[in-house]
Amino acid sequence: MAKLTRLLAWLCLAFVVGTASANEAAPASADPVLEARMLHITAELRCLVCQNQTIADSHADLAIDLRQQVREMLQKGQTDQQILDYMTARYGDFVLYRPPVKSTTLLLWVGPGVMLVAGLVMLVLILRRRSRMPADKFDAEPDEEAVGKP
Amino acid sequence: MIPEIGHFLLWLAMGVALVIGVVPMAGAARGRADWMALARPASYLLAALVTGASACLMASFLGNDFSVLYVASNSNSMLPTEYRIAGFWGGHEGSLLLWVQMLVIWMVAVGLFSRHLPREVLSRILAVMGLVSVGFLLFMLLTSNPFDRLFPPAPDGRDLNPLLQDPGMVAHPPMLYMGYVGFCVAFAFAIAALIGGNLDATWARWTRPWTTVAWMFLTIGIALGSSWAYYELGWGGWWFWDPVENASLMPWLLGTALIHSLAVTEKRGSFKNWTVLLAILAFSFSLLGTFLVRSGVLSSVHAFATDPRRGLFILAFLTIVIGSSFSLYAWRAPTVGLGARFALFSKETALLANNVLFMVAAGAVLLGTLYPLILDALGLGKISVGPPYFDSVFMPLMAPTFFLMGVGPMARWKETSVPDLAQRLRWALGVTVVAAIGTGWLAGSIHLVATCGLLMSFWIFSSVATDFWERVRPEGKGFAELRRRVGQIPRALAGMMVAHIGVAVFCFGVTMVKTYEVESDVKMAVGDSTTVSGYQFTFQGVKNVQGPNYEATRAQIEISKGGSKVSELHPEKRVYRVQQNPMTEAAIAPGFTKDLYVSMGEEVEGGAWIIRVYVKPFIDWIWGGCMLMALGGLMAVSDRRYRRKGGVAA
Amino acid sequence: MKYLRFLVPLIVFFGLVGFLFKGLFLDPKEVPSPLINKPAPAFSLALLDKPDTTFKRDDMLGKVWLLNVFASWCVACREEHPLLVEFSKSKMLPIYGLNYKDERMAGMKWLATFGNPYDASLFDHDGRVGIDYGVYGVPESFLIDAKGVIRYKQIGPFTVEAIETKLIPLVQQLKKEAGNG
Repeated sequence: MAKLTRLLAWLCLAFVVGTASANEAAPASADPVLEARMLHITAELRCLVCQNQTIADSHADLAIDLRQQVREMLQKGQTDQQILDYMTARYGDFVLYRPPVKSTTLLLWVGPGVMLVAGLVMLVLILRRRSRMPADKFDAEPDEEAVGKP
Repeated sequence: MIPEIGHFLLWLAMGVALVIGVVPMAGAARGRADWMALARPASYLLAALVTGASACLMASFLGNDFSVLYVASNSNSMLPTEYRIAGFWGGHEGSLLLWVQMLVIWMVAVGLFSRHLPREVLSRILAVMGLVSVGFLLFMLLTSNPFDRLFPPAPDGRDLNPLLQDPGMVAHPPMLYMGYVGFCVAFAFAIAALIGGNLDATWARWTRPWTTVAWMFLTIGIALGSSWAYYELGWGGWWFWDPVENASLMPWLLGTALIHSLAVTEKRGSFKNWTVLLAILAFSFSLLGTFLVRSGVLSSVHAFATDPRRGLFILAFLTIVIGSSFSLYAWRAPTVGLGARFALFSKETALLANNVLFMVAAGAVLLGTLYPLILDALGLGKISVGPPYFDSVFMPLMAPTFFLMGVGPMARWKETSVPDLAQRLRWALGVTVVAAIGTGWLAGSIHLVATCGLLMSFWIFSSVATDFWERVRPEGKGFAELRRRVGQIPRALAGMMVAHIGVAVFCFGVTMVKTYEVESDVKMAVGDSTTVSGYQFTFQGVKNVQGPNYEATRAQIEISKGGSKVSELHPEKRVYRVQQNPMTEAAIAPGFTKDLYVSMGEEVEGGAWIIRVYVKPFIDWIWGGCMLMALGGLMAVSDRRYRRKGGVAA
Repeated sequence: MKYLRFLVPLIVFFGLVGFLFKGLFLDPKEVPSPLINKPAPAFSLALLDKPDTTFKRDDMLGKVWLLNVFASWCVACREEHPLLVEFSKSKMLPIYGLNYKDERMAGMKWLATFGNPYDASLFDHDGRVGIDYGVYGVPESFLIDAKGVIRYKQIGPFTVEAIETKLIPLVQQLKKEAGNG
């Protein structure tokens, strides 16, 4: 009898110890992969209420609702583009942090590249022109101060 | 009484500033020594008056004088003292006074360290700065008086915005403004040179230290703002391409180009037009930033309370200052000489290309920032331009500058041989490729974009190392000479190397954290733990805490690695009593190779909480890199030639 | 010709100033609706005071009507509400309320306290219809024509000026269109 009691006691202890050891925390959301996708998409969307945060980060009610909306759409199997289109249909292009490429934003997307090319072309032209100038157009050589290069 | 004294001092200051703006300038034009002699002492007087006004406002804050509207809007009797001080620049009116305060500090500095400058030049410089201060003082006195009274006085203040109640935010605006306003000095030097017709290498030598110091402050100011956003805002990011952030980045980019351009003009007399244009642009963008933050034309989390009337005033001021500067430029620049000759492949070309790249980068940021406004103004709809755009545009634009950073310092003035350069750098190139791929492999995964970032970063590390090695060990003279040669490296050069290393460190940090950051969102009951990147985070419960002006729920998270305790973090959810807005305070365990970042989400049933855990590798290298850049600037400025008695010989 | 390029900064700058000036009179936070001149999104909602009665968008086809989004927790709605109550007395067109993200009792009590300008109120508890209409702030109002197309959106509360200069003329125009159609 005593042996049995002791066995039971050990079993109980083992059971208690087993459940009392640190539990691995469950992910905050039911489906972490979906959640990650949702956050990835909503990070591209502008919160219309506070307007200086993404829908992924905002605590505004509308942002919370929209995150939930996106979760549901992802569960239904919608693609990223479909979800972005859904948002744009309701809130306009303003809601996209990545401006769409259309005729009105062509200058925006192409601008930096054009500036770069223009700048480099200008650079080359200036250098070319300088190299063709006679020596007298330039200032005399400055005396090299022995204080290092820069 | 004190606010009225402060207000009166501002009026007096405006009068003095007007005198400084006009009389010495006219004196320089007419050769009137007595008029020119006015510049220095009048500047000191101006500084005394403005400082007096600032002291009055500070006294009102420290004394909790809630009969002053500005104090009532930005402070509270329960606000800790250090934040009452910060409240001075917590709102629009006070920040303007801070701007003017910084300006007069720079004017005093110019007055003190200008013994070597010709009278006419100094007079023009101080006159220009005086005119700028007239603009700001007038703006304050007409539309934004920090000393306006509130009748009846408020029983208590509305409290400083809780987001600003933080040490980082205390230091960030003053550093930033020291930078913005410091570019006014370079600007004034440029205008003085254009008016006086003495745009030459000597002018560049005078201008350079001022520009470097201003740039240093701006670098620190931006870094502080970014690191504050990281640890305060609870979202784990550190740069959002917000219009006001961009407004600080653009002058920084132009200021960087300016420093490099000044180097060429000083050394070789070339690029004078570029340099002068950059000096005008850097300050113009500082002013533009002032406009963008206060006018309401752009939506930003940083924007001060807006009023179209104020916006109109600043725009008029902007138009006058920048318009007349560009007009002066258009008039005088064609007559400026070309400087010394240089070949197609030379250090000069590298630096000129650098100028172009930085200007294009600043232009691209401006385009993105203003595009929504442009479309709206043209009636073509409303769009947003955010981080996805800027990230995809800005990084590729800056990539070539990294290449140049390795090549430029190694190139020779006037003419450099490309094969020779390639030969000297081949070791650096090899190390770069191996290190970049090796790092990716060590980190666990190799990605294309990350590898590009690492290539850029290691390229700078190895090319600076090559440059350094070449200088201390030429022709293999042996290690005995080494110490002597290291000491012989001029401070300016050493500063350049340190600053460039800073850029490499920055780039490394950005690349690593963006690519290898790990996040885990979990629901934790007391005793639960989660393991991220080898670290075990255990939730030990929450308790309620009373702060000086807030109530908080504080969580206790214990972190251990390999069984032994590493750290304990206390993230909080605070509610500030006066403004009643909830705030998330993240808790960070910083480290040299990674930050452990924990913030609280919402409470769920059963006393459990949603906890967000991040492991961010090398994130502190971002701001460490910025500090190294600033240190490099400091070293460069302390170079012997700027400390010669009586200034630099012409 | 050589001197022209030195004028480039000045010219670009003046262009910029032009835009900045124009910008001072615009509101960067205002989000125009992409639904103007598009069909009003379909919905089917219970009435606020009669939970078993459903109201559909299509019920209003053939009529010009106004949909006003309100909530009991909305402070700005209290500014607008007296104007709507007054306007509703003219019986110019049917006005329906959309009680957005609210509790039934709170919504009804609010109408009892501040007046009820609506022919009926619809109960959008979870805000889904609001999302479909692109509502991002309360109050907002949508003017819908006889064909079910949204013709005007009022962002924020109505002002006397907005009612008189924008709403009323447009309502009259739409009614004429409906009469002829």
